[in-house]
Amino acid sequence: MSQKIKMLERKSHIRKKDFKQISAGYTQKEMIKESKRCLQCETPMCIKGCPVGVNIRDFIRYLSQNNPIEAVKVLNQKNNFPAVCGRVCPQENQCEKTCILGKKGESISIGNLERYAADVTIKNDFDDIVIKKNDIKIAIIGSGPAGLTCGGDLLKMGYNVTIYESLHDTGGVLRYGIPEFRLPKKILDIEINKLKALGLKVVLNNLIGKTKTIQNLFDDGYKAIFIAVGAGLPVFPKIPGENLNHIYCSNEFLVRVNLMRSFDFPNYDTPVYRGKNVIIIGGGNTAIDSARTAIRLGAESVKLVYRRSENEMPARKEEQKHAKEENVEFITLTNPVKFIGNEKKFVKAVECINMKFDKLDSSGRKNFKEIVGSNYLIDTDMVILALGLRPNPILTSLTKELHTNKLGYLTIDNNFMTSIPAVFAGGDIVGGATVIEAMGMGKQAAKAIDNYLKINNKL
Amino acid sequence: MYKIVNKREIGHKVHSYEIYAPEIAKNARAGQFVIFRINDKGERVPLTIAQTKPKEGLVKIIFQEIGKSTFHLASLNEGDSIRDFVGPLGHPTEIKKYGTVVAVAGGVGAAEVLPVIKELKKVGNKIITIIGARCKDLIILEDELEQESDILLFVTNDGTSGIKGFVTDVLKNIVNKEQIDIVYAIGPVLMMKAVSEITKEKHIKTIVSLNPIMLDGTGMCGACRVTVRGVMKFACVDGPEFDAHGVHWEELHSRLELFKNFEKVSLDNFKNYKECRCHKK
Repeated sequence: MSQKIKMLERKSHIRKKDFKQISAGYTQKEMIKESKRCLQCETPMCIKGCPVGVNIRDFIRYLSQNNPIEAVKVLNQKNNFPAVCGRVCPQENQCEKTCILGKKGESISIGNLERYAADVTIKNDFDDIVIKKNDIKIAIIGSGPAGLTCGGDLLKMGYNVTIYESLHDTGGVLRYGIPEFRLPKKILDIEINKLKALGLKVVLNNLIGKTKTIQNLFDDGYKAIFIAVGAGLPVFPKIPGENLNHIYCSNEFLVRVNLMRSFDFPNYDTPVYRGKNVIIIGGGNTAIDSARTAIRLGAESVKLVYRRSENEMPARKEEQKHAKEENVEFITLTNPVKFIGNEKKFVKAVECINMKFDKLDSSGRKNFKEIVGSNYLIDTDMVILALGLRPNPILTSLTKELHTNKLGYLTIDNNFMTSIPAVFAGGDIVGGATVIEAMGMGKQAAKAIDNYLKINNKL
Repeated sequence: MYKIVNKREIGHKVHSYEIYAPEIAKNARAGQFVIFRINDKGERVPLTIAQTKPKEGLVKIIFQEIGKSTFHLASLNEGDSIRDFVGPLGHPTEIKKYGTVVAVAGGVGAAEVLPVIKELKKVGNKIITIIGARCKDLIILEDELEQESDILLFVTNDGTSGIKGFVTDVLKNIVNKEQIDIVYAIGPVLMMKAVSEITKEKHIKTIVSLNPIMLDGTGMCGACRVTVRGVMKFACVDGPEFDAHGVHWEELHSRLELFKNFEKVSLDNFKNYKECRCHKK
């Protein structure tokens, strides 16, 4: 069985000193070699593994013929931002997991090929897109993956689209959450600028619910609204000492570094503490991103504390591997019970407890329990909590007519419509976990909004 | 971009700016705040809204030159623009008839207390205002405060204006003599804490407007978390006003120390860049 063509990665001792990408991507030669491994199955399983149903077989066939322009056209049918997804999708749990080659050997590197196709064509505009514009105004709330995808599709259908963003820059989690070394902001800017060239309007510094209400938007003449405000509310562990100084939630740490560019303080005004012995709590991608960012800020040691075993870690395997290469130490089956501070209330240690497998819960997920008396201390001067996020509550709490479930997620019908007519929602504010899922919802919602407007406005 | 339409120095290194931001001007209420960022390299800084002029689309902010961003902001002129200005953030003050209100403000807190007493007076409250400052040069908005207060008292630490001493001395006198229904305090943490201790003893409901370190200001980062009655709250979205008697003051105080060293580096850096050093020895 043939093996994957590996992307050349920069040596870990070099790359951990900067925020540049781990790999420059495939060369043309490598790309062709890898795409020729594809069996071009009659019934491709990979497509079933893709949350948005990209025609993977066809784009890889074009690549094998060294035709990235046609390949990207295939990608764009289902995915507006292949340069983003090629980098941040968990392919090993999706398309690459169902690839038939993976049954006996190694699956095709679909993500790397997607990235190649997108990167080499990224400067191309959508010149072949002919848009028949109408003057129907649609407002999108939030400029993250769901909002950008929905907005982009509606734009191409001819609508007059405006995105409202509460922060001072676009991109949502792609900008403030995912670090530069995983997703260069230049790529994000190119993608967003392409949409702007098509006519996308962006209003920054506008927190809908506060600066303007949903009703204000309708009064301004918007015929439909898409809410994509994401899951930005951090979860805290609710254990003693969690408000000690230099205990940050991952959102704060990553916003400081990624959005505010505090790694370049004092050239940039926003400061960030550069911990020497950093402890990360959590096992998701955000935990790994935080750990690798701490390393790049010069930490001497970074320990990642996770309450389950490595097998249960939700972070991508590839990212776990990168983190380990960069000397992030994994301390699994361990949970923090208490943070201990010095006399000035700065954190100096974390009291941890060992965990062991208990039983499977009703959903089949492994449950772990504490081993009584196994408590011990780990010294630290900085803790980053990456325990997950809940839906952003501002807009929903200020808009009484919007219905949510118990966890705060917006409830929508089969057509992505919320409890308010003509107000739709998608992305993490309704549930889902990954960038690609949010993009998928944005795409489907765009279709639903188009249908709704066609019926209700007699287009 | 958000234009600085009017600029006035209203006290020693205290400035009043009117910024053109019509949507904020239209929707802001007393007690809410904005976050500004001067340019692409700037930090996000929260400031209480001092006044709005909805018809002209203007939002007034009053600030003292303390750190890098406020020094930088002060160096701008009428007609200049700042990159970002978002709001109104936080909950507005609850305005209703309580009876007799004592409003206590320290330093530039005077600017923040003004819109609150204005609204409280409109609905028929008796307003006693106590303004504290280190010296007379730092007293601001005297005429405006006079207009909105039934009784206005100034307290300076050095006695250069009004009563010599601290706002808390004056507050103690008042609560011992008169029936007070609510106290509203805004200013430095130590002042608010001292006010809270006095009123707690007398069981007088007290509202404080807290000023922890903030980043996004939309409830996303948890930098501004404060403990109120044992529960974690985010000042940016749950506040900025809280029941003073429930606030964990020591924690708030220590969390404000977090970036002190960085703040100094940033300010020194800015000042050195601004001043020519050719002839310095």
